[in-house]
Amino acid sequence: MTFYLNVYRVKIYNSIAAWSQYRVGMLIYTLGEMVEPIIYLSVWSAVAAARGGEVNGFTAGDFAAYFISATIVRHFTQIWHMYQYEGHIREGRLSMRLLRPVHPIHEDIGANVAYKMMMLLALVPTIILLALLFHPTFNTPLWAALAFIPALILAGVLAFLSGWALAMAAFWTTRIGAINQTYFTMMFFFSGQLAPLQLLPAVFQSAANALPFRWMLNFPVEVLRGQLTLNDVAGGLMAQGLWIVAALLAVRLLWTQGIKRYTAVGG
Amino acid sequence: MSAIHIHKLTKIYTIHERKAGVGAAVRGLLQRQKRDVRAVDAISFDVEQGEIVGFLGPNGAGKTTTLKMLSGLLYPTSGEISVLGFQPSRRQGDYLQQIALVMGQRNQLIWDIPAVDSYELFRAIYRLPADSYQRALDEMSDLLDIRDLIRKPVRNLSLGERMKCEIVGALLHQPKVLFLDEPTIGLDVTAQRRIREFIQTYNRRHNATVMLTSHYMADVEALAQRVVVIHHGKILFDGQLSRLVERFSPHKTLTVRSDADLGDLSAYGQVIQQNGSEATLRVLKNEIAAVTARLLANLSLTDLSVIDPPIEEVIEQVFNMPESAAVEA
Repeated sequence: MTFYLNVYRVKIYNSIAAWSQYRVGMLIYTLGEMVEPIIYLSVWSAVAAARGGEVNGFTAGDFAAYFISATIVRHFTQIWHMYQYEGHIREGRLSMRLLRPVHPIHEDIGANVAYKMMMLLALVPTIILLALLFHPTFNTPLWAALAFIPALILAGVLAFLSGWALAMAAFWTTRIGAINQTYFTMMFFFSGQLAPLQLLPAVFQSAANALPFRWMLNFPVEVLRGQLTLNDVAGGLMAQGLWIVAALLAVRLLWTQGIKRYTAVGG
Repeated sequence: MSAIHIHKLTKIYTIHERKAGVGAAVRGLLQRQKRDVRAVDAISFDVEQGEIVGFLGPNGAGKTTTLKMLSGLLYPTSGEISVLGFQPSRRQGDYLQQIALVMGQRNQLIWDIPAVDSYELFRAIYRLPADSYQRALDEMSDLLDIRDLIRKPVRNLSLGERMKCEIVGALLHQPKVLFLDEPTIGLDVTAQRRIREFIQTYNRRHNATVMLTSHYMADVEALAQRVVVIHHGKILFDGQLSRLVERFSPHKTLTVRSDADLGDLSAYGQVIQQNGSEATLRVLKNEIAAVTARLLANLSLTDLSVIDPPIEEVIEQVFNMPESAAVEA
């Protein structure tokens, strides 16, 4: 265990040191992370105002709480590695990682955690700004606020593993841009990123319940907003756990099958 | 037990072929033409611990494919392969801990940060204790003279400097078996020499097994006691480099100089070049003594030298041999 913690520690340090060289790039990412929730909140606040103060039980303050919580959760469920693996595999860059006696996933874990740590610099001012502009309404009991922590961590783990399993598609097809796009589009609708799931048509909600995406966003958001009962939260944490197990199995299977097809091109 | 053992090792790639043009691209959507390429075709050899073997062949011969199978990057199609008693394709941690593959055109080091920071990651990954890591780093940094370079971001280094840092990074875990794929490619003469000396020193100090591919004959001559020549996926020769020269080049080059015009020398051998008082001849090895004696007797020469043909010529001849001519020493 200390072995992995040590590897992560060094990888996190190296990643932050490398990215810190690109200050303008980091600034642009920061602004990007800020702009999106501002747009969502502006639109939904306007919709709520136009509907006489609320939409299906969501007031402007509820929307603000929802999307501010979603901003926090989305920060901790960031994953981009499925975009990198196409390059790693197609250009043979994966070879260098395969020569080392540690599974390539661990370097990605280190880089992912490093990004989330570093971009707290962007998240904190974003949350403060959104709170000041949009006045969120939180009715969160203390136990729910505490339950948010495991819900958030499990959401992050699930998002990482699902994304990593997706990245393995690059072993079978050399162009996975379309697959990634499909994944993120489904995420957009079925995780509650576009709108709280309660506001979507019933058929969407049924689909969302069968898919893993809501456990990566909507569930932890509702925990933080204090909208769920203890039973719901316990059940939700278990569902997250089960989806994580499924994702782990998918990662294992896709990796062992995929690596046999790797042709280590280049060099 | 040999350090490296391969027997009838084969790798077949299936590639999809497509001609140029839009028509061919569209047809390719519906129907793809496949072709099997035997990159490595039932090759066999053993390498003992501590040997340095030069692995030669023209581009596309199968050298890099073989090294990739030996280092576990590729699954063989068929055949036996074992390195230090392990099956490379299983990529067990204990196996990877003992080998290194250095590819001249690939980077392990992170671009934006000093090499020493990347080394710290290798230290963590290879579980190197602090003192042996530091000792190895100091020893190798001194040998290659990179103490100052490792604290600069890698992107600020020249190609030669970067390659030296890459090689040190690849050997920090003191592997027992080194696979070096064109380690000196693109480097200047001094850098090439430093790296050659470094590999020799490493081999001596650690009794490491080295398999080296290079297109620079100077690398092969300086380092490899034994060469394996591969072409079209098959082994053409496996033995001492000197025997390769003997076997495939039956000639020697004889250069003579005189005060006066030398005249017609075709009676002594094949005249490669002649301008008045200086000439170069190609003579069969078994006739060299006789020809030299006759030249010295019949002409007044100021200088005479007999040398082996440049090894590049010999290798080129070997590479130009047809597929059917697999010869083993």
